[in-house]
Amino acid sequence: MIEDERQWLIHLKPNLERRELIYRLTRDFFRQEGFLEVETPIRVPGVAPELHILPFHSEDWFLSTSPELHMKRLLAAGYERVFQISRCFRKGERGKLHNPEFTMLEWYRVGTDYRQMMRDTERLVMKIAGGLKLGPTIEYRGQKINLTPPWTEITVRDAYLKFAGWDPTAEHDPLRFDLDLVNKVIPSFAPDHPTVLRDYPAPMASLSRLKPGNPKVAERAEVFIGGLELANAYSELNDAKEQEQRFKGEIEQIEREQGWRPAMPHHFIRSVAHLPECGGIALGMDRLVMLFCNASSIDEVSAFTTDTV
Amino acid sequence: MEIEDIAKNKKILIDGVPYNVTDAEFVKPGKGRAIYRLKLRNLLDGSTLDRTYHSGDKVEEAHITTLEGQYLYKENEHYIFMNTETFEQFQVAEAVIGDKKYFLKEGAIITMTMFGDKPIDVSLPITVDLAVVKSAITTKTDTITAQMKAVVLETGYTVDVPTFVREGDIIRIDTRTGNYVERVSTKK
Repeated sequence: MIEDERQWLIHLKPNLERRELIYRLTRDFFRQEGFLEVETPIRVPGVAPELHILPFHSEDWFLSTSPELHMKRLLAAGYERVFQISRCFRKGERGKLHNPEFTMLEWYRVGTDYRQMMRDTERLVMKIAGGLKLGPTIEYRGQKINLTPPWTEITVRDAYLKFAGWDPTAEHDPLRFDLDLVNKVIPSFAPDHPTVLRDYPAPMASLSRLKPGNPKVAERAEVFIGGLELANAYSELNDAKEQEQRFKGEIEQIEREQGWRPAMPHHFIRSVAHLPECGGIALGMDRLVMLFCNASSIDEVSAFTTDTV
Repeated sequence: MEIEDIAKNKKILIDGVPYNVTDAEFVKPGKGRAIYRLKLRNLLDGSTLDRTYHSGDKVEEAHITTLEGQYLYKENEHYIFMNTETFEQFQVAEAVIGDKKYFLKEGAIITMTMFGDKPIDVSLPITVDLAVVKSAITTKTDTITAQMKAVVLETGYTVDVPTFVREGDIIRIDTRTGNYVERVSTKK
């Protein structure tokens, strides 16, 4: 087994070297854009209550599922551009694209919205492609992908009407939404160009602002490249009362369906009242590295996973 | 069991039929629910099935056990085995045995896979020693494998062996590949 591990780790080295270069290019990008790199706690007394994101316990606290709440507390205190590369933990998530411990890149920018966060993402991805000397067209799993902006944008409503035959913004069916997303919608995206799916049904974005003039949808966008769900952006909700209401609903649903009651993150709720208009985004670093290493599994870009640790 | 506990090679029951999980793919939208795409093999008839489950689903685990058995004899379409611990005898349909019948010798000790009290698979030892009952069959592949010839074994199995193997010899066969391994003894 030791010999197998040695062989495997030698085999991974080029990918791990490229991974390091991607991190360096990412940090360069944010420094040039005037961002401050921050670190927030990994071990926390509570996480954002989300029905389908299960936290690990750490004594009577939790391991962070995302640095979002702390990042926003910094924004509320007047920080205008912050980014973080941090380890996140989500129970039960293990597959070709998942490891229960993974790396998230999050950044927030005051005075922007979800669509401008996608412009940031376009530029970041192009900078990395250039820095790796790959040019704008990369090959991922046998498919050439041209990363040149602007990326294709489609609303959730249009995408589901076109590829799944129904409108999830008119009819609330979260289970059908998820099944159709992975079985019908994502597989129908153009394979040779990134796609941004935006304007999610309002109940499916508990931390984002509703679209002015169309409260049925939330200002949430996700980018998909080569079938990989890469990043999720919000126009951040900055109405404390509304945020507390939404969390309350989520907490009640978790209690009903999972039999435990997460605590309301009061510190965060108090800070939301001071949150300026801003956009934020969370990007899976492991998947970004997979994309640029032409790797079909997270195992090929991670020195150790939950199965080999 | 919760669908979260599914893994490759677990055995589950669907409508009372046991299946082996030959592949379990985990897919999950970031904020959405976990989805499990399973590839399943029916343990009774070998057919395959694809099923999609999601978090919150429960699946019934199939209780599959193994026991040591001895092959006694064949009767019509059935093979008769005996549980070496309890001496209880049971019949196994020819369909379950399949091509393994060529490597089953009376008295052989095997591992039987059971679903409840129903035998669903037989695992053979890695090698089996069998007598050559018929040799010197002319084959048209002589020019390609000049040093090999086909012989028939006591179970009716035909195998290529080196030309020095004679009728009455005992030879060893690898049950995984069906190939000749070596000559164990020769007729004096």
